[in-house]
Amino acid sequence: MKRTLADLKRGERGIIKEFSEENIPLKLLEMGCLPGNEVEMLQMAPFRDPMYLNINGSHLAIRREIALLIEIDLISLHG
Amino acid sequence: MAKQINVALIGNPNTGKTSVFNQLTGLNQKVGNYPGITVEKKEGICKLPRGLKAHILDLPGTYSLNASSLDENVVIELLLNKSDKDYPDVAVVVSDVENLKRNLLLFTQIKDLGIPTILVINMADRMERKGISLDVDLLEERLNTKVVLVSARKNTGIDELKEAIINYRHISDEPCVNASVIAPEYFDRLRKAFPKQSLYKLWLVITQDVNFGNINRKEITNSDHFDTKSHTELKKLQHKETILRYQFINGVLKETMKVDASSAKDLRSRLDRILTHKVWGYTIFFGILLLIFQAIYSWSSYPMDLIDETFAFLSEWTKTTLPAGAFTNLIAEGIIPGLGGIVIFIPQIAFLFFFISILEETGYMSRVVFLMDRIMRKFGLSGKSVVPLVSGTACAIPAVMATRNIESWKERLITILVVPFTTCSARLPVYLIIIALVIPDRAVWGFNLQGLTLMLLYLLGFGVAIGSAWILNLILNIKNRSHFVIEMPNYKLPMGKNIAINVVEKTKSFVFGAGKIILAISIILWVLASYGPGDNFNNASEIVSEQYDEQSNITEDELDEEIASFKLKNSYIGIMGRGIEPVVAPLGYDWKIGIAIISSFAAREVFVGTLATIYSVGSDEEETIKNRMAAEINPILGGPLFTFASGVSLLLFYAFAMQCMSTLAIVKKETNTWKWPVLQLVVMTLFAYFVALAAFQLLK
Ligand SMILES: Nc1nc2c(ncn2[C@@H]2O[C@H](COP(=O)(O)OP(=O)(O)O)[C@@H](O)[C@H]2O)c(=O)[nH]1
Ligand SMILES: [Mg+2]
Repeated sequence: MKRTLADLKRGERGIIKEFSEENIPLKLLEMGCLPGNEVEMLQMAPFRDPMYLNINGSHLAIRREIALLIEIDLISLHG
Repeated sequence: MAKQINVALIGNPNTGKTSVFNQLTGLNQKVGNYPGITVEKKEGICKLPRGLKAHILDLPGTYSLNASSLDENVVIELLLNKSDKDYPDVAVVVSDVENLKRNLLLFTQIKDLGIPTILVINMADRMERKGISLDVDLLEERLNTKVVLVSARKNTGIDELKEAIINYRHISDEPCVNASVIAPEYFDRLRKAFPKQSLYKLWLVITQDVNFGNINRKEITNSDHFDTKSHTELKKLQHKETILRYQFINGVLKETMKVDASSAKDLRSRLDRILTHKVWGYTIFFGILLLIFQAIYSWSSYPMDLIDETFAFLSEWTKTTLPAGAFTNLIAEGIIPGLGGIVIFIPQIAFLFFFISILEETGYMSRVVFLMDRIMRKFGLSGKSVVPLVSGTACAIPAVMATRNIESWKERLITILVVPFTTCSARLPVYLIIIALVIPDRAVWGFNLQGLTLMLLYLLGFGVAIGSAWILNLILNIKNRSHFVIEMPNYKLPMGKNIAINVVEKTKSFVFGAGKIILAISIILWVLASYGPGDNFNNASEIVSEQYDEQSNITEDELDEEIASFKLKNSYIGIMGRGIEPVVAPLGYDWKIGIAIISSFAAREVFVGTLATIYSVGSDEEETIKNRMAAEINPILGGPLFTFASGVSLLLFYAFAMQCMSTLAIVKKETNTWKWPVLQLVVMTLFAYFVALAAFQLLK
């Protein structure tokens, strides 16, 4: 199953997969949202939008529509 | 004499650029606008050792040289234009020690432009608490530049920075990342086509959509030495460039920076858990809004009363001290009250910006945006629009100024345009007296009808503001390229110096920016109300005295009031008021209300005072004025003038009409053009007219 940033629950972490998505703003990349980097979901506003993330040490809030474009591998908590 | 050294402060938002700027320049700074746009331009003079001076420019925060907003365009346009008078001799990149990796991205880009670049690593005071250690010497070697550790808060490293600025000529201007490896062949052809230009500059010109001084974008893209790349290809290359830069940065930091995570104490996550919580987050934010509202609405009334009394005293004093005559009248009744009308806003502006600075300084404002984004986005507003909209309920002037921290121009403009709909405190006296006249003082289901009406008016103002934002969002055709990626900065204790400078700056910009217009209009209004054409005005006292000749029971005071009333009726404003009677009659008003509406342009609350003068009741007692108003007869329809229908019509007119010259003046100042205030004046007033017309015609 395809997992994206938007699927993370609070406190869960993941690794950003290779992406070639056109619509991801360059700004997000510049702030550290690059393939191979780790992300953690810190907080979600009501209706899970926007989302507050820790991406590779940068603390950012992004809208759900963008989070849906970024695929990740979930880091499992149980090994 | 040596020339000033031009210094540009550049860096990501929230790295402490403005704090460093304040430390370098103190109050020796001025805030203006970049020509033609509404981005704030902060510049100042810094005294350096050995009698030298530097001109410091505090540029808007930016994450990279790939511009995505007006603010960021300013930075790149300056750095690409060597003939700009502000073009830096030396760039100072301010970075935050806690976010060094991300901050260095911008640093490498600027260095690659061939500008001598000093790296300031700010917030050095936080290194210990965060367990960060740095090998500054090695970092200087790897980045091939001067690195200065600074704490703007503790005022350390500033002298070293000044010294580095003086010695800027010794800083290497070699690039540190060779961007051309992302597409060697492409860059090769570029180099051959324009051998005289810096390669990285050309690349920026090709990828950015901004204006450049001397390099023409078309010239490059039309050149047939190489095929133009499509937008998608360019974006791919930009991705590649970003990754390349991060590779370089990661390599450098691996050698030079150590973070001992175990000693890091994390206040942020604990605070965030509460402040961005689905319930507590909103509860706390609501509480803070209430506090701000309380401050500008009620605490500021004490200094405002004092200002009021002081200017009334000054006016009186001038009148009794200077020789009587037209000139004295102009000073005592025109200019002094006009100045008072400017100064009166200072307490509210100062209070609001005191609170807003604290919200910004502490990092809380970003949490507000996080909480409010989804709701406000639907209406084309920003999460940050909440603060101006709520403070507009006290006064629109500081509220319009408070939109400055909204990054997207479209969201900011919409906020400015709709703020005047919210019920400001100047409407309150008008509402109170009309409600007292036409709404029965009775309880329905335990609610007092008068109180309920007042509440409805507040809700109505807010609702119309939001509704018109929604419409404006649909019709305003402004490109909104900024993406919603909000950085959530770490929580910090606010710096007193930053807050003080901000409050002083905002107050100054109001007094000297909008103040001129306010003074001019209030003098014009005064002249219109104090002079009139023809015999009726000039011989007012004889005419009135004659009328009352036989009735000997009129007192001196009553006679004076009658004269004042007669004069106002025959002044230019009086004539205008009578002139618009046919226009306002369908709304249920007579010419006296017409005069009061025109005078309200100085400030809405003048309505009550003007009616008092026209009715010659000579007393500010609300009861007296109210009784006199209740006795008025409608000249066309007969019966009382203030009925339920005309009362509601008047309430609605005051709710929607743009009747505040001070607001228009500040909107002109903030948007840099007369277009938007004129639009507000016309659209709001027409809207008010037709709503009031409909209300009266339906209810009468
Ligand atoms: N601890 C600490 N905080 C600082 C320092 N310099 C600035 N700050 C804080 O960092 C925040 C952002 O500062 P500001 O100057 O507005 O940053 P700008 O957005 O880059 O102009 C404010 O809360 C400042 O009080 C510093 O040296 N140490
Ligand atoms: Mg700043």
